[in-house]
Amino acid sequence: MKYLLALYGEEGGWDDVTPEEMQAGMKPWDDFSRAVTDAGVFVAGEGLQPSATASTVKKEAEDQQLVTDGPFAETKEQLGGFYLLECENLDEALEWAKKVPLTPPGSIEVRPVMDYSEFGYDDPNAKVGETAS
Amino acid sequence: MVDRLFRRESGRAVATLIRVLGDFDLAEEAVQEAFIVALERWPDQGVPDDPTAWIIRVGRNKAIDRLRRERVLAEKRRLLDASAPAAEEAIDVSVGELPDDRLRLMFTAAHPAIAPEARVALTLRTLGGLTTAEIARAFLVRESAMAQRLVRAKRKIREAGIPYEVPQPEQLPARLPSVLATIYLIFNEGYAASEADELVRRELCAEAIRLGRVLMEMLPAEDEVAGLLGLMLLHDARRAARVDEAGEMVLLTHQDRSRWDKTQIAEGVRLTQRALGPGRPSSARPPGPYALQATIAVEHATARRPEDTRWARIRHLYDWLLRVQPSPVIELNRAVAIAMAESPQAGLDAMDRIDALEEYVHMHAARADLLRRLERREEAIAAYRRALELTPSPVEQSFLERRLAEIDGGPGEE
Repeated sequence: MKYLLALYGEEGGWDDVTPEEMQAGMKPWDDFSRAVTDAGVFVAGEGLQPSATASTVKKEAEDQQLVTDGPFAETKEQLGGFYLLECENLDEALEWAKKVPLTPPGSIEVRPVMDYSEFGYDDPNAKVGETAS
Repeated sequence: MVDRLFRRESGRAVATLIRVLGDFDLAEEAVQEAFIVALERWPDQGVPDDPTAWIIRVGRNKAIDRLRRERVLAEKRRLLDASAPAAEEAIDVSVGELPDDRLRLMFTAAHPAIAPEARVALTLRTLGGLTTAEIARAFLVRESAMAQRLVRAKRKIREAGIPYEVPQPEQLPARLPSVLATIYLIFNEGYAASEADELVRRELCAEAIRLGRVLMEMLPAEDEVAGLLGLMLLHDARRAARVDEAGEMVLLTHQDRSRWDKTQIAEGVRLTQRALGPGRPSSARPPGPYALQATIAVEHATARRPEDTRWARIRHLYDWLLRVQPSPVIELNRAVAIAMAESPQAGLDAMDRIDALEEYVHMHAARADLLRRLERREEAIAAYRRALELTPSPVEQSFLERRLAEIDGGPGEE
C-alpha cells in the first residue's frame, strides 16, 4: 500500500546559509532518504521551494480558471516536501513518519494513496507507473 | 441462554472472523446470523460442546454464502478467493483450542489513528456486542450519529490500512496506553452519574471490567493492565453506596462503608499490589499512572472510617502521579488532598494555582466546599452556582442544590 507523507513546517532559515551549513543541514535528510531506500519502501520524495514561489490555479467553473500568486492556504505551517512510500500497513508508514527529520514545530500528514481497483476500475496508467519506478 | 452467550462470546467470534474474513462489517453480520441459527437449533438439538467454535464456524459459512451471492463486486470475489483456504485452516486448528483474536481487535479498535470517541464505540460494538442504539444511549448521542461514527472508523481501518495485529513487544509501551485509555473511558462513562439510562451505565462499567479481565488474561506481565483493572474494581466496589435510597448522590466521606463490596475491594488491592510490587516483571520502570491511581483508590477503599484516611500519603501519591501524568484534573485532586491533610486554606491556595479548569464542574464544586468551610459564604454560593450551571447531571444538580440551600439558608451550616 502506498502512503503519501506530506511534510508541513515553518519556512525560512535557509536564506543565507554557507555551503558548510547547507551540507550539515542536509545530512539528516540524506540519512533518512538512504534509510527508506535501503528498506525498499521509497517510491518518490522531493523538497519544495518556499511557498512564496507557489502559484495557485483556482477552478471556479469549468471554463473559469483564475491564476493567483501564493499557496492554496496562507498558514504558518506550509507544505515543504513529500515522500511517497510503499508500506505494509499504516503502522509502518507512521513509524517512518516519526523518523522524518523535520525541524520542530512541524507536522507530517500520512495519507493512503487510493487504490482504484477497489472500485473495479482497472487503471491503465497504474502499470506504466509501476514499470517506471 | 443464547442471549447471555451472545453478549459474552460474540466479541471473541467477531474478533476471529475479522481476521479470517478481513472485514469488520462482514464479520459482525456473520456472527449475528450465526446466533439466529443458534436460536433456531439449540433449543431442539442442544448446545454444542464448544458454542463459540460453533458460532465461528457457522458464521464463517454464512459469510462465504453471502459473498458468493454478492459475486457482482470484483473486490469481494477476490476477498473470498483469498480468504477461503485461510478460513478453512483457521477453523481446523480451532476445534478444541480456538485462537483468541480479541487482543488483535482491541489494538486495532483502539488504534491512535482513530478518533478517541470512535475507539470507544468500536470497542463496545465489536468486542462488547452492544448494539449501536445502546452505545448511542450511553453516550447521549443520536443513534444515526453513532452509526455514522462507527462507519467512519471502520472505513478508516480499511482504507488507511490499519493492521489487524497485536503490536510487537517493543511497540507495546507506545500502543498499550491507547487501549487502556479506551477501556477506562468506557468505565468512566458508566461511572459518572449522568442523565442517561442507569441500566446502560451499569452495563458499561461491567463491560469495561470484563475487557480489563480479558486484557489481563492475555498480557499478564503488563503492570499497567493490573493497575487499570484494580482501579476499576476499587471504584466499582463503592457503587452501591454512592447513591442513597432517594437516588441522591452521597460523597465519599458520607458513604455507608458497610455497603462497599469487600470481595471486589480485596481483588482490587491484590491487583494493585501486583502492579506496584517489587516482584513485578517490569519493576525497572517506575509505576505507571493506572498503578498510582489504583494505589490512591486502595487508600480510600481500605480506610475503616473517613477520618482514618491517610490524606498526607494520598497527597504524595498525587505528587507522584502528576510527575508521570501532568493534568489539571490531577492537580485539583491533589489540592483536595492538601485541604484534607493540611487546611482548607492550603487546599484553596493550591486550587487557585490551577489554570484551565474554568469549565470543569468539579473544580467549582470543590472550591465551593472549601470556601464554605472557611466561612466565606458569598464566594461559596457563587462557586456552587457556577458548578450548577456546568453540570448536565440531575443527580449532581440535586446534590449541589441541597448544598446551596444549606448555606444560602443562613445559619443551618454543618
